[in-house]
Amino acid sequence: MSVNGQSAPGPKESTTPATPGAVTSAGSPSAESPAAEPTGRTVPRLRQAVIVGGNRIPFARTGGAYAKSSNQDMLTAALDGLIARFGLQDERIGEVAAGAVLKHSRDFNLTREAVLGSALSAETPAYDVQQACATGLETVLGLANKIKLGQIDSAIAGGVDSASDAPIAVSEGLREVLLDLNRAKTLPQRLQVLSRLRPKDLAPDAPNTGEPRTGLSMGEHQALTTAQWKVTRDAQDELAFNSHRNLAAAYDAGFFDDLLTPYRGLTRDSNLRADTSLEKLATLKPVFGKNLGSAATMTAGNSTPLTDGASTVLLAAEDWADAHDLPKLATVVDGEAAAVDFVHGKDGLLMAPAFAVPRLLARNGLSLDDIDFFEIHEAFAGTVLSTLAAWEDEEFGRTRLGLDGAFGSIDRSKLNVNGSSLAAGHPFAATGGRIVASLAKMLHAKGHVDGRPARGLISICAAGGQGVVAILEAL
Amino acid sequence: MTDKYTQFVSQGPGRDLARKLGLPQPVVLRRHQPGEPLVGGPVLVQGGGSGADALASTLLSWDLDVRRHAVPKEKLGAIILVLDELGGPEDLAKPVLTAATSLRDLAANARVITVSRAAADAASPATADPAAAAARQGVDGLLRSLAKELRAGATANGILLSGGAGTTSPSTLGALRFFLSGRSAFVDGQFLTVSSAEGQLPAEAEKPLAGKVAVVTGAARGIGAAIARTLYRDGATLVVVDIPAAGDHLAAVANEVHGTALQLDISHEAAGQRIIDHAVERHGRLDIVIHNAGITRDKLLANMDQGRWNSVIAVNIAAQLRINEALLASEHFRSSPRIVSVASTSGIAGNRGQTNYAASKGGVMGMVRATAPLIGRHGGSINAVAPGFIETEMTAKIPFATREIARRLNSLQQGGQPGDVAEAIAFLASDAAGGISGEVLRVCGQNLVGA
Repeated sequence: MSVNGQSAPGPKESTTPATPGAVTSAGSPSAESPAAEPTGRTVPRLRQAVIVGGNRIPFARTGGAYAKSSNQDMLTAALDGLIARFGLQDERIGEVAAGAVLKHSRDFNLTREAVLGSALSAETPAYDVQQACATGLETVLGLANKIKLGQIDSAIAGGVDSASDAPIAVSEGLREVLLDLNRAKTLPQRLQVLSRLRPKDLAPDAPNTGEPRTGLSMGEHQALTTAQWKVTRDAQDELAFNSHRNLAAAYDAGFFDDLLTPYRGLTRDSNLRADTSLEKLATLKPVFGKNLGSAATMTAGNSTPLTDGASTVLLAAEDWADAHDLPKLATVVDGEAAAVDFVHGKDGLLMAPAFAVPRLLARNGLSLDDIDFFEIHEAFAGTVLSTLAAWEDEEFGRTRLGLDGAFGSIDRSKLNVNGSSLAAGHPFAATGGRIVASLAKMLHAKGHVDGRPARGLISICAAGGQGVVAILEAL
Repeated sequence: MTDKYTQFVSQGPGRDLARKLGLPQPVVLRRHQPGEPLVGGPVLVQGGGSGADALASTLLSWDLDVRRHAVPKEKLGAIILVLDELGGPEDLAKPVLTAATSLRDLAANARVITVSRAAADAASPATADPAAAAARQGVDGLLRSLAKELRAGATANGILLSGGAGTTSPSTLGALRFFLSGRSAFVDGQFLTVSSAEGQLPAEAEKPLAGKVAVVTGAARGIGAAIARTLYRDGATLVVVDIPAAGDHLAAVANEVHGTALQLDISHEAAGQRIIDHAVERHGRLDIVIHNAGITRDKLLANMDQGRWNSVIAVNIAAQLRINEALLASEHFRSSPRIVSVASTSGIAGNRGQTNYAASKGGVMGMVRATAPLIGRHGGSINAVAPGFIETEMTAKIPFATREIARRLNSLQQGGQPGDVAEAIAFLASDAAGGISGEVLRVCGQNLVGA
């Protein structure tokens, strides 16, 4: 059994407490007898990190219901809903990790501040993570690893983003002047510093989603990739349509009743258009890649809008979940990060998951056929479809992935079955938590497939040419 | 949280002015605070029989200041009138007129409590005796009238014994404690029938619900949130339930009472099973279910549409019936199970514009009566509480003049607090009330309208 080999059938691994405080499974009635392991193993035996459940607030289009809500407000609300759902009041959680992509400088300790404002014990430590849109999933993976190592028994992963309450900085020119002014000692020195100010320095510096090294927005980058992989407008609109239809159906079926807590009057994601149609989507004009002429296919309908929101996921060691009478939905099996050289145009900005997934599945001895649910984050419909196209491409498989041929194709009926970011919206750091909690619930409901636990794959692309992917397995 | 008028006339010049003008003079009611004494002064126990003696001894063992004879000019916290041996109407005169001489000595927020036998007690041969029945029923009129005569926050309530219950049966004592205490502040002119010797007084008086797991529906705000807080204060572990759309308020209540939030539409087919599963899986058991969730869709009957009628019936009574069916069928609801439903005085006296609501709340009372023998098989009980005018977000929306009249039209001349309803529910959900089942207790300050 390898370090990451928890997907392999057989007895559960027993616990080797890495710290004095770690819980062992020996006393747990549900613990199975330890596997007879050959001697001389070099990797530590790891325990499982289970997903207990999650909570998020509905996602709101920027400037909408949460226009006046800060990251801290929203993360605290998401935490408090999680605490209420699982009865964690005054509980000292092992560690809380969350983050935001758009962050005020005052939010340097955002997660800890949110914990202090929540109903958790004030003795719960917390730290911030930032890996662009992969922030949420990375907090899950990092905390799951700490649980597996026995460093902590419980954890809350999360993420939040507000594009409404975005920080606006002063211009670089004004900033330099202000700092020099602070250092100036005499009146003449101060006047001299002030004389450097020019009218253009007074214009504020608003955040943008452009890539620092290319100056192109994420949408423009994806437009190039979409065109490169010859993804059609129809295919993108169909993916967007399915996202809205699936998310609306999930709401109607009560799927989110134990995944979501309303906030500021919102009870559903405000971007969701339950009544959208392929005809309506087809009427929208392209907004990205307009210089590509007829190849411009990306519209506001098949791209995610700027969104505000927050999500949380409760992770635990099995014994901790049992001791607290909490559900165990799924385990965090393994995760993988990848990055591409988009700066020199070798790959598209958002194509890193196309490399991360094959590596992750290979390490776990799995293929695309072994996955029951695919959760591929819909930054843009084109992102999902370009990734799938790359996997189905013989040459990409041979030359870029080092395989004999194409990596493979997926059963589309297993893709984003309860909707994804095109319908729900995408508050950058909150998307990972949304997907992990929803997928864990779906896996638990599915139970077993062909005698093995149901398995789900998460793929999230991120700015800077990065991507983080993960495998979850039903409990 | 007392209304401004009550605050104004409770003291100083406001009190004098109200007195001179003959205006209503509500007082700030004594409400239960953990750690405070059960009753605000000596307790006079009137009545000469063995039942009265036994009761007086029990009260002494509670460290109460018990009197068997009035001490002139001494302010009394309560008068307990034990009338359990009435053979005919003429037997009323002596104990009643003796008690009458002490009424002027009642302290503010004092209590008068009668303990008598139920006129319609199938278990008692005396029921067949017209004279005895007359005397017993006479207590009803007597007490309700006396309640209207008392002033300064004092209330009068009665305990009716039937089915073998005596003056010191657990639920007689439980009801007595409830009526004596500030928990019954807004209960006035009401009777509780103790129908069996079942029930058990709590080991710890301040934590009567210790170790119990309780579910409260409609707990996101108002009376439901107050019920959750009161049950928590009394030691219960809470599951708070409300519709998903009310989840943010529900989460705040859950975190306040250290419970778990269950976002669930109770009119959903499987709601009963969901509630049982959640309570058992997350808290190991289920002892108490409080049916508080309810909606109003007011319209004169002439203008009533199907949607308004059906939704009120579905949520307020059909859902309770379906959940109770699941509860009664569940092996997890077998250990002294308790159900308490929130009815309404609208369901008793009627209310213009509320035919649908009153039908549903009348339905709750019918359901409670018919369910009592069913849950009794498992050693459990089911009761209802009918609130009168309660100061909530909902009643705050009533136009000022209507609201002002509605809140003064009772013997205490003020509206009740959500916590007053919650106290009555907490009592009926406790094992001390185990001998009380199928009852409807009004929390209305003896509303002048209706029964």
